[in-house]
Amino acid sequence: MSGLEELLQSKVLVATTDGRIFVGTLRGFDQMCNIILEHTVEREFNAQRGVVIVALGLYIIKGENIAVVGSVDPEIDESMDLSQIMCDPLPKIAV
Amino acid sequence: MLFYSFFKTLVDKEVVVELKNDLCITGTLHSVDQFLNIKLLDISVAEPEKYPHMVSVKTCFIRGSVVRYVRLNPAFVDTELLQDASRREANNIKGAA
Repeated sequence: MSGLEELLQSKVLVATTDGRIFVGTLRGFDQMCNIILEHTVEREFNAQRGVVIVALGLYIIKGENIAVVGSVDPEIDESMDLSQIMCDPLPKIAV
Repeated sequence: MLFYSFFKTLVDKEVVVELKNDLCITGTLHSVDQFLNIKLLDISVAEPEKYPHMVSVKTCFIRGSVVRYVRLNPAFVDTELLQDASRREANNIKGAA
């Protein structure tokens, strides 16, 4: 589980098994991959309206629901106009 | 623990990880742990027009439980060695039971 150590205190993007995307600061994790995210926002992808950003705050996400945790490159992230990205959400992962 | 050891021999190689939601992520294998969680560097997602969700991500941690396939270059794998090791591990398990 050393994989998440290097992402601590940085801005991360979390894809969950139900196909949702959360972005926040990684404040903690454990062996089960449960994670603590601060200043979390959800990015709701939508084929008609572009990405909707929903502010959520402090979140704990249970490890079993996590698919991918990625470190966000701030330069690329800030250069993107999310409201112009029209696409369906990521597919769900069947359990 | 055989496949954990096996994946450790693939560190620094380029692999394609296919998730159970059909998302294919290509990247350099950076680390793997006992749950076969995988960390990839310098990633790119196949079909970026269809899956633009992660374009700003360059390094990612993938939970082992969501991985469907790990696609490898056959040049990186000694299949005979792997078969022998699998057999040995199977015998060890049988011997212990």
